Amino acid sequence: MGKTLFDKVWDAHVVDSVQNGPQILYIDKHLIHEVTSPQAFNELEARGIPIYRPNQIVATADHNTPTLHQDLPIKDELSRKQLEQLSENCKKNNITLYELGHKYNGIVHVIAPELGITQPGMTMVCGDSHTSTHGAFGTIAFGIGTSQVAQVFASQCLLLTKPKSLRVTVNGKLKNGVLPKDVILYIISKLGTNSGTGYFCEYAGDVFENMSMEGRMTVCNMSIEMGARGGMIAPDEITFEYVKGREFAPKRDAFDKKVAYWKTLPTDADAVFDKEYYFDAADIEPMVTYGTNPGMGIKISETIPVDNNASFKKSLEYMNFEAGESLINKPINYVFIGSCTNSRIEDFRVAASFIKGKQKADNVTAWLVPGSKQVEAQIIEEGLKAIFEDAGFELRQPGCSACLAMNDDKIPQGEYCVSTSNRNFEGRQGQGSRTILASPLVAAATAVAGKIVDVTKEIETLETVSH
Amino acid sequence: MEKFTTLTSRAIPLAIENVDTDQIIPARFLKATDKQGFGDNVFRDWRFDKHGNINKEFSLNNPKYSGSILVAGDNFGCGSSREHAAWALVGFGFKVIVSSFFADIFKGNALNNGLLPVQVSEGFLKILLETVEAKPETQIVVDLENQTISISNSEVSEAFDIDAYKKTCMINGYDDIDYLLSKKEQIEAFEMSR
Ligand code: SF4
Repeated sequence: MGKTLFDKVWDAHVVDSVQNGPQILYIDKHLIHEVTSPQAFNELEARGIPIYRPNQIVATADHNTPTLHQDLPIKDELSRKQLEQLSENCKKNNITLYELGHKYNGIVHVIAPELGITQPGMTMVCGDSHTSTHGAFGTIAFGIGTSQVAQVFASQCLLLTKPKSLRVTVNGKLKNGVLPKDVILYIISKLGTNSGTGYFCEYAGDVFENMSMEGRMTVCNMSIEMGARGGMIAPDEITFEYVKGREFAPKRDAFDKKVAYWKTLPTDADAVFDKEYYFDAADIEPMVTYGTNPGMGIKISETIPVDNNASFKKSLEYMNFEAGESLINKPINYVFIGSCTNSRIEDFRVAASFIKGKQKADNVTAWLVPGSKQVEAQIIEEGLKAIFEDAGFELRQPGCSACLAMNDDKIPQGEYCVSTSNRNFEGRQGQGSRTILASPLVAAATAVAGKIVDVTKEIETLETVSH
Repeated sequence: MEKFTTLTSRAIPLAIENVDTDQIIPARFLKATDKQGFGDNVFRDWRFDKHGNINKEFSLNNPKYSGSILVAGDNFGCGSSREHAAWALVGFGFKVIVSSFFADIFKGNALNNGLLPVQVSEGFLKILLETVEAKPETQIVVDLENQTISISNSEVSEAFDIDAYKKTCMINGYDDIDYLLSKKEQIEAFEMSR
């Protein structure tokens, strides 16, 4: 029987198997940030265990960082301390750190791919559930807890039971205005938030084959929102082209040798998955969420479903929405374009193509937060910053920002925010905040209209918005 | 890590599905650099309103419930990988979480902190929730050795699954680091071979 992409990468990293137990999986790259690493450093220090392979670890500051005045000392004392501790820990242990202000600083899941650290066929972990993002390269990448961060520090390995395999195939042509974010929100709305638990997911079909690397990252990023530990897409010419020439990518002959290996990774035709789902691209439309988990999504043109389940009702009560109502024309005061789901250059290009020549509505506070310093630089270079500023949008400095509101970028109590991030949990964007997840296009259209609008009608006159 | 063999305790019901780790411990409390003190803020925004007033309706605040077992709705611990959620639950005094379904990362984090996730059938969960809500003084017995969970002085009991390796770790208080360090030679050999 043939092997899946996941099998091939997994099997190549198994060091040993515990009898009747888990396997020892070797980890190629370990990414860390300030929030989930300090206790792991403490643990090792307390037990007198050295960091085993510091040169396979890359650190960045992202969760706590301010998005204004990054050159000034951080005002919030606890945030400052956590960031200082990260710097200290990295220095003490010879770990590469892209701290605040560094030209490579940014959200961990944005910087590793853009620096060429993420490569096909690798195993990657980070104390962060959206590590699944890196699966876009045909990489086994998944989030871990802090105890596991300590395990990787100590041994560059993890004890794991091999997950089951799941494949989601989407074939056909996406409609104009339907972005990768809509594809994944649609899939999660159909499958629910725990359908993937215990599984690693592969995305297949021509929709993903035709998608850019940025789009593939958006899709894999949200795999965790259907419960899957990670998502993967087979590496192909688009992947190789993206990796080629990046700072830490293999060069010349070494690169060609790698490509030859990467070409062997895609799932064999006769491989069998534990579970398979199929969708038709033509059924997907721009999506919005109406509840407090990412599975509670509808097409923007649909109405909120009716359900008597107590948790469902609690969710609608929190959002102050009624079953059966449409979200179109709901006034919105906050719009956030950012987060490791949608803060890459392509996301800002899509937003800019819609915003160009228009004005932001007066009632809206719109934050555009690039995923990294490099994305920020590109926004300026491509002239997008001027488009945003002419339209009254605020381009901020990179970081996680309002995605989880650990810094000052908080959505006030009771306010709605149309957000390109990945989680609409209660209070995720600030205490009492109400999040509506959407694509950068829907977010941009909301900011211009000051309310939710059916973006498919808005773009009829616009030239094709790229996927 | 503390050892775990059996536990007999009252339980606190939390009949909500899809409890995500952002609810267990909101992001604004993640700025600490050690593992202490998270218990004070477990379910912060459900236990208190935005002015810091206590929400008496919420089961963790209700004086009629107590104990070190939390009985929660389906898909407990989804969302963020933050291990702070496990630290917060342990810090509050929980030793066992019962649900009909656990999210992957949370389950692993719990086990790494001596907090036992007991996955039961939906039917059993329903009986357990109803029993605890009707009679808060009910004692629940969790026997890890025999992998059973029962309502004391009744016939109501169910077997639960746990990975054999993790079971040994829980019973003996071992953690994965010890095991991985004992395999250093093999890990080095693996590195040399590629
Ligand atoms: S942007 Fe949001 S989801 Fe992504 S790493 Fe930061 S906090 Fe996590």
